[in-house]
Amino acid sequence: METEPAIRINDLKKTFDGKEFVLKGINLEIPRKSLTAIIGFSGTGKSVLLKHILGLFRPTSGSIEILGEDLNKMTNDELTLFRRRFGVLFQSAALFDDMTVVENVCFPLFEHRRDLRYQQVMQIAEEKLMSVGLDPKHFNKLPSEISGGMQKRTGLARALALDPEILIYDEPTTGLDPILTEMVDNLILDTQHRRPDITSIMVSHDLEAAFRIADYIAMLDSGKVLLFGRAEDFYNSEIELVKRFVTKGTSKT
Amino acid sequence: MIKTTADTLDQFAYFLKNKMEKAFSEVGQIVLFFSDSFRLLFAKPYRFNEVIKHMEFIGNESLGIIALTGIFTGLALSFQIYLGFKLVNAVNLVGPTVALGISRELGPVLTGLIVAARAGGAMAARLGTMRVNEQIDAMEVMGVNTRQYLVGPRILAAIICMPLLTAVFDFVAMLGSYFLCVHLVNLDEAIFWQKIRDTMEVRHINEGLFKAMAFGLIFSVICTFRGFNTRGGAKGVGEATNMGVVQSMVMIIISDYFLTNLIRIFYLSIGTGKM
Repeated sequence: METEPAIRINDLKKTFDGKEFVLKGINLEIPRKSLTAIIGFSGTGKSVLLKHILGLFRPTSGSIEILGEDLNKMTNDELTLFRRRFGVLFQSAALFDDMTVVENVCFPLFEHRRDLRYQQVMQIAEEKLMSVGLDPKHFNKLPSEISGGMQKRTGLARALALDPEILIYDEPTTGLDPILTEMVDNLILDTQHRRPDITSIMVSHDLEAAFRIADYIAMLDSGKVLLFGRAEDFYNSEIELVKRFVTKGTSKT
Repeated sequence: MIKTTADTLDQFAYFLKNKMEKAFSEVGQIVLFFSDSFRLLFAKPYRFNEVIKHMEFIGNESLGIIALTGIFTGLALSFQIYLGFKLVNAVNLVGPTVALGISRELGPVLTGLIVAARAGGAMAARLGTMRVNEQIDAMEVMGVNTRQYLVGPRILAAIICMPLLTAVFDFVAMLGSYFLCVHLVNLDEAIFWQKIRDTMEVRHINEGLFKAMAFGLIFSVICTFRGFNTRGGAKGVGEATNMGVVQSMVMIIISDYFLTNLIRIFYLSIGTGKM
């Protein structure tokens, strides 16, 4: 049993202009081998926090420790290497539009698994695509030729290609219709069941999905963590803002 | 009244200061962007395939438009010079004048402007689209150095392709000039070629090719910088593309003057600066 959290964030502060702080002292410990949802209203700093976790932003002050390593102490080159341990599913799936579906999944493998031969890379990519439920008849299509749901599946297969230790879902259901939202939620749940060794983080403002699929939830407000806990902690919370968020979030559907 | 004038001057000075600070800061950012991207070209993993892919786009796919503009530039320039020289009875010098003008100035400058508009614009738009669609972020979180993968190969490809395209432009423009002088205005073919041989030296062609390399560097760095740092959706992509192309064109023309002087000083210093 590993008690050390996968991600430990201490008093993280960020300002872009030197005056206004977007993050005002985030303290958060994300447990290993679990799915944690980071939720909050728009403009509360979710995306900025996510970019700090990914090492795309450097903190103004405070520290981020991921899998026991302090990101602040890493050079840019070390950060680039370290990011290989992440898999990210972007809101837009962010597929490379000049590559086919299977080439998108091959890309990280060609970049980081140079020990593998072409046929082996193709085989892994096809396995990953099939594991997220994508029909092989779509493998050689361009992203523009497949539906939004299939793009999400491809994005997830690409995120899983290098067998990451941390999997991040950035607003995975924002802007999707209810059927597609349910499909993506189930895909996330299914991935978590198939790969329980992965620590997953989902950034979302879809509270209903967070309650349904996440093990832990962290709610941000005004650049700080307002509440961290399990779903029942949110239902039982006496914090006014949490109550409002819970009421609105669960009455939405 | 005096106070108002002083205030206006203060405001103008403040405005100028801000503009200058922004301009210097931007130049610094571009220099750092270039040095970082270019340095990474020589770090593993090497991106030969990417360089070849971009050479195919910048070089091979520009050949048609370069040849077309080259031949008409040669025809038009030769005709204008012919009309002028006819007044002073010096039509035999049309060939060498066109050859010098094309190889040292018009060849590299026009090739630079055309390729900056075609390939530079495409570079800025492509990188800008990748930025706003989070494709660059996706690459970065996959542990891929995006400057090494996306920027460095484009810059190197432009530096390699520009002299080659300029050589094609020079050659085709001279074919146009030959056609006009010998077949349309009936100048003597032997004199046409002899005068060119008497006047032209290899260094004149080298000068143009060197300038072409510099122009390739200029437009590729500016356009990749603009595209790579695009912000704000489709509008941002449009602005980045527009700024990239316009700034590249202006910088090509400005730098041409300074490069001409620099090359002249170089040839003077080694004792071959007669023309």
